[in-house]
Amino acid sequence: MSAQRLYRPPVSLTWWLRKPSYLVFVLRELSSVFIAWFVVYLLMLVYAVGSDPAAYRDFLDLSANPALVVLNVIALAFVVLHAVTWFGLAPKAMVIRLGALRVPPGVILAAHYAAWLVVSAVVAWVVLR
Amino acid sequence: MPDTITMEVWRYRPERESEPTWDSYEVPLRKEWAVLDGLNHIKDQLDGTLSYRWSCRMGICGSCGMTVNGEPKLGCSTFLTDYAPGPVRVEPLHNFPVIRDLVVEMGDFMAKLPTVKPWLVSDDEPDEDTEYRQTPVEMDDYKRYSMCINCMLCYAACPVYALDPEFIGPAAIALAQRYNLDSRDSGAEDRRDVLASAEGVWACTFVGECSVACPKDVDPAGAIQRYKLTAANKAVRDLLLPRGAR
Repeated sequence: MSAQRLYRPPVSLTWWLRKPSYLVFVLRELSSVFIAWFVVYLLMLVYAVGSDPAAYRDFLDLSANPALVVLNVIALAFVVLHAVTWFGLAPKAMVIRLGALRVPPGVILAAHYAAWLVVSAVVAWVVLR
Repeated sequence: MPDTITMEVWRYRPERESEPTWDSYEVPLRKEWAVLDGLNHIKDQLDGTLSYRWSCRMGICGSCGMTVNGEPKLGCSTFLTDYAPGPVRVEPLHNFPVIRDLVVEMGDFMAKLPTVKPWLVSDDEPDEDTEYRQTPVEMDDYKRYSMCINCMLCYAACPVYALDPEFIGPAAIALAQRYNLDSRDSGAEDRRDVLASAEGVWACTFVGECSVACPKDVDPAGAIQRYKLTAANKAVRDLLLPRGAR
């Protein structure tokens, strides 16, 4: 028997535009870059706060730069996408049983959002008080 | 309803052509006809050279996976009338090398499947007279994953598998979970090295299309996310707990 001549269909460059779910997948992969940026930004803030008032003032001036504001707004959108899709995964990953009954996925999802809200409220309280 | 519908079928005959082509056929449009019936009509009446796999015609054997208008489907449970007035475009499953026409090479899956030990692993030799009893609740834990028919629709739907062919893939992981979650099985530790690897569950980024494509409602995406939590839990326990308490 001669060797099979298999045809290997090429993966098109625009495969990720074929379905909304593929697009969301690629955007979520991309979101890691913006999450890394937020980590760096947070470290810059911590460093500025830990240094003298002038360094903190410089940090605030830098943050008010329109280009940085635009970058941070885009980064926030990606971080929200990341968080929302991550929470969407949680009910799939967590199968919790109470006796013979399985906790409905909706309850697990709602608990995650509730926890998010509580943590956000605590952070807001710390920052704004 | 018109009497006929056009089926555009992806053709690849390695002895004749190095690039695939499309052939068009007019087939009767009947409300009880699935895409597979259309292909059988072509094969019987119009063009005997057309190659495709099929067997049971009732969504059990998993042979007739194909791409219908861009979506991975079982040919036998996808009805022509849903695509009227047509045309219906039929291609081989995506993400697999093609042997001929709609016949794909799935050796990659066949090689990966046994690495997750998809069978009951038992610590001790079972007594011939022993019944392995299981409650309905215990069975519910894995029953969904046991419905897999190896049709490969989930692999065709998975962009991660397209980009990283080393990925063990949705069906193989769902089948591993089918046994991991079985109360009679004690092989979870044996499967862990493969499942908890970079080519295992961690390659998955939860696109979720495998569960959308699955014709048997297996939910491979759910099986994978669930194992991610298990694997992470185990890793932390290994790190923190003394050997005896894991």
